[in-house]
Amino acid sequence: MSDPHETTHIDSVGTYVKILLALLVATGVTTAVARVDLGAFSTVVALGIACGKMLLVALFFMHIRHSNKLTRLVVVGGLLWLAILLLLTMTDFATRGILGVPGK
Amino acid sequence: MAEHAHTETFALRVQFDTEAQQKDASTLGMWIFLITEIMFFGGMFAVYTVYRSWYPDVFAIASRSLNEIIGAINTGVLLLSSFTMVMAVRAGQLGQQKMIVIFLILTLLFGGIFLGVKAYEWNEKFVEHHIPGQADFHLDDVLPGDQGHAQLFFSIYFAMTGLHALHMVIGVGLLLTLIVQANKGKFSASYYTPVDVAGLYWHFVDVIWIFLFPLLYLIDRHPVK
Repeated sequence: MSDPHETTHIDSVGTYVKILLALLVATGVTTAVARVDLGAFSTVVALGIACGKMLLVALFFMHIRHSNKLTRLVVVGGLLWLAILLLLTMTDFATRGILGVPGK
Repeated sequence: MAEHAHTETFALRVQFDTEAQQKDASTLGMWIFLITEIMFFGGMFAVYTVYRSWYPDVFAIASRSLNEIIGAINTGVLLLSSFTMVMAVRAGQLGQQKMIVIFLILTLLFGGIFLGVKAYEWNEKFVEHHIPGQADFHLDDVLPGDQGHAQLFFSIYFAMTGLHALHMVIGVGLLLTLIVQANKGKFSASYYTPVDVAGLYWHFVDVIWIFLFPLLYLIDRHPVK
């Protein structure tokens, strides 16, 4: 019953070791760079590194690289809903005080 | 499509046509569950974002009171556990039954170390009187009027790391079950789905920590002017 078009992709041990090392280095970098005064930009850098690490874990460890389109769509869709949650919440909280009107 | 005469196995239940179809269904189902988990944690990340944007200075001082070196080492331990988990899945793909058991035990070990370090860190908070709601709560360098906002940081810290640790404990339970099953030789190259989807769960918990670490431990670590 096995379908030749849907054989499992097996990544090499070397690939996983490289990803692990990249993740560990990124952890070191984010810890070190937090000691540098970058102003408001430091949060951007911290989240940027975290997003990069998330991508490595998702693409390689969670096999999104080899996943079918439906699974990928679900993952991207989930992140989109998270973005809506954070974005719409912040449009409220970040703009509450800007108009000097009652009922804000 | 109508030939459902195949004998039922773990890898191929009657309702599926091929093993690949069943595998895809399991993976998709697990991802749907993980999406609900993203939204579950997402609410807490939203709480964090709102209060940090309101009290950035107090959050920075409170963040500095956490030990970021221990946090970074623990992050490394968790990443290492994700590596051994993916190696267990790889052993499953190759049908190496003994290696599945060995890598699952290693994952359990690193997960246990992470939880142990976390318990040590939480205990430190009790020693330092950094427990929100405690009558003698006090965070140095924060004005008396802002102590409430500092408590807020620690409330979020305990809620988020606590929820994360709860997921780790559930993961430990999953690992223990898998180790017993793998040891009995239940998994093979054609059927290792439980290892695979438990791996997705474990990596997801890892990703949550990847964000918790910089957000909680690394707010403005530079020396104060």
